Amino acid sequence: MPKPEEAEQKRVAVEARSIVKAFGQGSNAIRALDNVSVAIRENEFFTLLGPSGCGKTTLLRLIAGFEYPTEGAILLYGDDIAGLPPFKRPVNTVFQSYALFPHLTVSENVAFGLEMLGRSKDEIKSRVAAMLKLVHMEELGNRRTDQISGGQAQRVALARALAPGPKVLLLDEPLSALDYKLRKEMQIELKRMQSETGITFIFVTHDQEEALTMSDRIAVMSKGRILQVGSPWDIYDKPADRFVADFIGETNFLTAAVVDIANSRATVRLSSGKEIPATVAEGMQPKHEATIVVRPEHARAVKKGGQLSGTVENVVYFGTDTHIHIRLEDGSPFTVRQQNARSEFCGFEIGDPAGIEIAADAAQVLRD
Amino acid sequence: MSSAAEIARQTQQREIRNRWLLSAPALLIIFFAAIGPLFVVLAYSFMVKGDYGDVKFGQYSLDGWFSVFFQRDIFDDTLTLADAHLSIFWRSLKLSFFTTLLTLLLGFPTAYFIATRPRNTREIWVFLVTIPFWTNLLIRTFAMQQVIRNEGVVNSVLMWTGIIDQPLQIMFTDTAILLGMVYVYLPLMILPLYASMEKLDFRLIEAGYDLYAGRLQVLWRVIIPLVKPGVIAGSILVFIPSLGAYVIPRVLGGGKNLMLGNLIELQFGAGRNWPLGAALSITLMVIVMVALLFYVRNAARSGAQHG
Repeated sequence: MPKPEEAEQKRVAVEARSIVKAFGQGSNAIRALDNVSVAIRENEFFTLLGPSGCGKTTLLRLIAGFEYPTEGAILLYGDDIAGLPPFKRPVNTVFQSYALFPHLTVSENVAFGLEMLGRSKDEIKSRVAAMLKLVHMEELGNRRTDQISGGQAQRVALARALAPGPKVLLLDEPLSALDYKLRKEMQIELKRMQSETGITFIFVTHDQEEALTMSDRIAVMSKGRILQVGSPWDIYDKPADRFVADFIGETNFLTAAVVDIANSRATVRLSSGKEIPATVAEGMQPKHEATIVVRPEHARAVKKGGQLSGTVENVVYFGTDTHIHIRLEDGSPFTVRQQNARSEFCGFEIGDPAGIEIAADAAQVLRD
Repeated sequence: MSSAAEIARQTQQREIRNRWLLSAPALLIIFFAAIGPLFVVLAYSFMVKGDYGDVKFGQYSLDGWFSVFFQRDIFDDTLTLADAHLSIFWRSLKLSFFTTLLTLLLGFPTAYFIATRPRNTREIWVFLVTIPFWTNLLIRTFAMQQVIRNEGVVNSVLMWTGIIDQPLQIMFTDTAILLGMVYVYLPLMILPLYASMEKLDFRLIEAGYDLYAGRLQVLWRVIIPLVKPGVIAGSILVFIPSLGAYVIPRVLGGGKNLMLGNLIELQFGAGRNWPLGAALSITLMVIVMVALLFYVRNAARSGAQHG
């Protein structure tokens, strides 16, 4: 996590202030965004992550100007742009379906924004060439948009959105239509382009892995609210609430009693009676009973000892590692992920008793 | 004894025969209902006219075609261009052109309006557009007459409000024909326009706005190129029947403002000059075809440039 003084050095590129967006009227109104505030810094790869219907695309469309907020302000480098139409905002969008103009060639698509800005012919020509080079499409400028593959269309969409030199680039699930391998390639490409162009990227996705691998910071959204903003490491290792912990990766939820709490550190007593140290999510209210989370890879199954014990219910082999599903004595499930060694299997079979050893500092107490 | 190759050959032959047999009904209809009659008309245009209409079979002459374009003076036998015919050609072309233009200007926003309604209400709007088709063309034309005649709605309202003190003479003018044709043919423009606008991907419009195109630029650079097939189809559907319109100029244009359709009818009726009528019909067809070729090629070229 960046230190506070580091964070302050970077300027805020886009800021949403208390945004409410309601669709429909009266009692039928649906609040797609419910009092959302977030500040996105300059040159940042910022991801809005959440399941479908969480409001992430709505927030992106508000920044693009396709929708107007019901309440609140959207600031671009300090200026309120919430009332401006999209063609007056220096931001560009890469659409989920690419939305390339089918009546124009690849080059003409890339040139479109520059033409609308009234740039000179020479400038457009050199800029289009540079953009096509950036996305490795130099050879295909004269193709029609129905003569290129999905991955190529993706690159054209990117070049078209980058060509006018936007202050902020908005990407609406741009990789969701690509197959797995291409998606991996494009993730790296996108990251490269972001660092090469130095443009602020706001990226919308429902794919947590994509978010973790590409982002500088992630905002996790659910039901029209932002639940947590932080670096991928923050989000994964220090989830603030149950939704975040559950949505990002796999995790184990345990009920525990808070024994002692001070300076974002706590000691909690597990159902087995053993006490372990834990970190505390920001904004947690002092309370007696709490939910804690432990990632499967931060625990080990042992034959004897451990802070928890139970019975092996299932052993699932994944090649790189093995998942051992254990039913704890209090009836709750717990999954342990162990890396496989080449010579030996994990050594547990269904029905075996097992202890669980939780790594030091692996437990996090949730906010709610 | 037949070899495998022989059997394969026979099967193939049977397949070819079946293919022809199965397409026979369609081919028969196309030949006897569409192409055949055209040849009859073409043949009639080269025959000698009968004394009381009809033609004299077996006697051929170019008189029909000759009198499409020229007329011989009754007294001194000098040859002059058939001014009357040419002015009717010109009026037909002019009125059809403006009908197409006006229906396009009125139909485009209408179709766009319908295409941007919520999906479940679009059908109602389309239904409303097609309602006039339920009524006979003649009745719709007479309805238009009620609106524009000297004692009609338009003139009554204008006079009652004091904007004019003499009724406007709209009836029996080219304007009356134009109004009638625009009214009657408007749905033929709206429906194909709507069909192509309904398929329009509205994300492309958003992409246009996103890339700094203002509303007019989005219209010219995104929407119009994308709905061009609808514009072409609608224009063809309006232009062709306009050029051959008969009932509307007859009712609203009176006896003097003839269009091609009326001129042709005249030759087969009171004029008793079937070869001339046939030649005029073929001429009309040629004009339509040339106009369409010109139009479609032009549209395709501008489409290749920036559309």
